[in-house]
Amino acid sequence: MCLAVPVKIVSIDGDEAETEIAGVRRRVSIVFTPEAKVGDYVLLHTGYAIGVVDEAEAEETLKLLEEIASLSEVH
Amino acid sequence: MKFIDEYQDSKLAQGLARRIAQHSTRTVRLMEFCGGHTHAILRYGIRQLVPKTVEMRSGPGCPVCVTATADLDKAIALAHLPDVIITTFGDMIRVPGSYSSLQQAKAEGADVRIVYSTIDAVAIAKANPGKSVIFIAIGFETTAPTIAASILKAQQERIQNFYVLSLNKLTPPVMKALLDSGEVKIDGIVCPGHVSVIIGSHPYEFIPRDYGVACVISGFEPLDILLCIDKLVEQIEKREPKVEIAYPRGVKPEGNRKARQLMEEVFEIGEANWRGIGIVPKSGLKIRKEYEQFDADKAFSMTLKPSKEPKGCRCGDVIRGAATPLDCKLFRKVCTPESPVGPCMVSSEGACAAYYQYGAAEDL
Ligand code: SF4
Repeated sequence: MCLAVPVKIVSIDGDEAETEIAGVRRRVSIVFTPEAKVGDYVLLHTGYAIGVVDEAEAEETLKLLEEIASLSEVH
Repeated sequence: MKFIDEYQDSKLAQGLARRIAQHSTRTVRLMEFCGGHTHAILRYGIRQLVPKTVEMRSGPGCPVCVTATADLDKAIALAHLPDVIITTFGDMIRVPGSYSSLQQAKAEGADVRIVYSTIDAVAIAKANPGKSVIFIAIGFETTAPTIAASILKAQQERIQNFYVLSLNKLTPPVMKALLDSGEVKIDGIVCPGHVSVIIGSHPYEFIPRDYGVACVISGFEPLDILLCIDKLVEQIEKREPKVEIAYPRGVKPEGNRKARQLMEEVFEIGEANWRGIGIVPKSGLKIRKEYEQFDADKAFSMTLKPSKEPKGCRCGDVIRGAATPLDCKLFRKVCTPESPVGPCMVSSEGACAAYYQYGAAEDL
């Protein structure tokens, strides 16, 4: 129920946006994310974007995970 | 797919699992609040990846499952009223009420439709001006803003035949109720990622402060969950419980203000009836007086027979984390996804369905 998937905004028309994920296009409401821009990824939940994905944070997390993996390596 | 595949890498998962094993010395019980987490934990075999010192227990975060039978009975009674179209999210229609289900009502001639979004429910109301279109609204803070948006849209467009039966529920108050009961000892909570996209991290702060329980907000990919477990174990080992965000690409400490603002415009906080838990004060959302023309509870009156629970079903215990699906005698034998006895087997997010689908051989 609380499922939300990242989709990419390809165009914006008022408080709606055209989004794309894996070749699937979908119109979503962006009433909760008025700050969303074309090219942003938003978290899509039951037809509404509930948040904008923070790409810098996403990369930070991946870096941290890679660090953990190399540090915990058994030598 | 971007922001999904990267967080499923098995080498990184092994790395995290090793780190958790390296610093976990105490036996801990972690509760994943959200049914989406339960599902991912079983699907990706996370219980097998983490050391034996870490026990994962599922909590009440399945909106379909926590809907009280009495509320379901009300939805079913609404479906039987003349000139009504019931709209709701998928899993709701198969959940058995005391005497029937929405699916059975549909088979008996009621107009019951599954929608993907409240946007669709409003569209159905617009297309059927001669009917009363009632949306059976379930869900936590993730979904409540979308329900609010549908009511605001109906008001803006002067749609007179759209109603909402608000069964929406709030997360932190039920966490408090579970902790207050003391029934299940919990050392840490895997806090729900998408609820937190809306509410942020502040509403959980009372949990480490008043109960000494660690709280980490998690995303839904396997690496997100492992990172969350790692942080929880670390907090518990250091005896420094606090609220952390292990899903910073989605969750900000302040949450989504705009979504909360719309939610607060339409709803006020009231009590809610939770399956297996009962009435929890301040844990539900009621439609404000200003919007009562959209409130199905006000617009339709019905007399309901007293509700009764499915015999032998331990969903209530499973929801509270007091039992696992394996503790239920009916699990797999009588109760299966094809013929579910309780909602925890119906809903794709229910713990019983997740254990059924992905349960490890060692569990059987
Ligand atoms: S296995 Fe079925 S009967 Fe048992 S608790 Fe789960 S839903 Fe209820």
